[in-house]
Amino acid sequence: MSETADRVKKIVVEHLGVEAEKVTEDASFIDDLGADSLDIVELVMAFEEEFEVEIPDDAAEKITTVKDAITFIDEHKG
Amino acid sequence: MRRVVVTGLGLVTPVGADVETAWSNIKAARSGAGTITRFDATDFQMNYACEVKPADHAWGFDPGKRVDHKVQRQVDPFIIYGIDAAGQAIEDAGLTDMTEEERYRAGCSIGAGIGGLPGIESESLVLAEKGPKRVSPHFVHGRLINLISGQVSIKYGLMGPNHAVVTACSTGAHSIGDAARMIAMDDADVMLAGGAEGAICPIGIAGFAQARALSTGFREAPERGSRPYDKDRDGFVMGEGAGVVVLEEYERAKKRGAKIYAEVIGYGLSGDAYHVTAPHPEGSGAFRSMEMAVRKSGLALSDIDYINAHGTSTPLGDELELNAVRRLFGSNIDTLSMSSTKSAIGHLLGGAGAVESIFCILALRDQIAPPTLNLDNPSENCVGVDLVPHKAKERKIRAVLNNSFGFGGTNASLVMKAV
Repeated sequence: MSETADRVKKIVVEHLGVEAEKVTEDASFIDDLGADSLDIVELVMAFEEEFEVEIPDDAAEKITTVKDAITFIDEHKG
Repeated sequence: MRRVVVTGLGLVTPVGADVETAWSNIKAARSGAGTITRFDATDFQMNYACEVKPADHAWGFDPGKRVDHKVQRQVDPFIIYGIDAAGQAIEDAGLTDMTEEERYRAGCSIGAGIGGLPGIESESLVLAEKGPKRVSPHFVHGRLINLISGQVSIKYGLMGPNHAVVTACSTGAHSIGDAARMIAMDDADVMLAGGAEGAICPIGIAGFAQARALSTGFREAPERGSRPYDKDRDGFVMGEGAGVVVLEEYERAKKRGAKIYAEVIGYGLSGDAYHVTAPHPEGSGAFRSMEMAVRKSGLALSDIDYINAHGTSTPLGDELELNAVRRLFGSNIDTLSMSSTKSAIGHLLGGAGAVESIFCILALRDQIAPPTLNLDNPSENCVGVDLVPHKAKERKIRAVLNNSFGFGGTNASLVMKAV
């Protein structure tokens, strides 16, 4: 597992209060992890802080699974 | 009008995060005051308060017991305290499994005086330091006063009236009084009613201190700072926590065999129309609020055996309230007991009236008047009245009166008795 994936999963566990085992790469934030749209806004903010990347609104809308987040971050982090 | 009874209680206080722990500490004259731990208050006007204790303390509060992890992260402490106290109350009443039909007739009226001050303060700093795109998306609904009622209604599926009183330090008493009227007027059969506060943060302490409302002279002995009616009192000590009761229509409660703690029989409200922070010099608002509550109760003044006073430990307020009690009760004052439990838990602001109403109910149940701590030398004007100094007192208690008065000149009084 990549270092990005580890850090993303840690943030998801902390923010959504879900068990670590549930945070698989295919997990959907809304369907599998109980997030609502505002939780996703908060998660995106946390990713931006953690990885020092900017995630514009149109890109954030496309991040629906854990894997989507990891991929975006790996492609854009400095 | 339909009769309204109390069938469940919930408390989060600086001397205990459940009803029996808090009440046993109150009866044992223990204080919840101490040096502030939430932030470094060394350079503030004063550095002590009555904080709700952490989970590892014998009287501590475990937020994880009834509040989801995600909610805990999103909302201010007053909402967490309120959700937990409401949960205790609904569990105590045995009403966690109501049918959908019943839940259409069950609502919430849980308010606060100030609301999410710690979160407003911290997110303002985020805004100033990091800009608008770093402000939490949960900022607004994590701070709003009606979000205890909102959260509790979602958690327990309560679809009746959803209400939140905001009347400063009268909030808790107004919440119970208003909710009781909703049941009496047939708007609901069950109401979770009460108040909460959690404003021990730098701006909260600084603000109240600048309003000259807080005790400042007891840095060396914080537990002696809250001393209603005592000559050396110098302001209130900030408290935090929540109190919530389950109110229920009497026939319904009787039919299901519910444990009935008390009946809410009188509610009085008034305005001072005088000053934003100072009470009316003749205690006119306090007098009219109590007079209305007793009149509506149908009781005689001589039936009231215990008064849980507003008694915040401010130089002005305590005597004015006592004068108003004297004026209303006349010679009946000789036989009643009146105490201020703020001497033990500090001033819970929007939570005060609800927490203290619960202490009134427990006083009725156990026939014990809780004590006024630190009453070493009563002020000249505070003699000749049983203010229950230092030690709890076993006595006959047939009916109780709770007073709550708030900034803005808003007053509320409740009268309750056993069924």
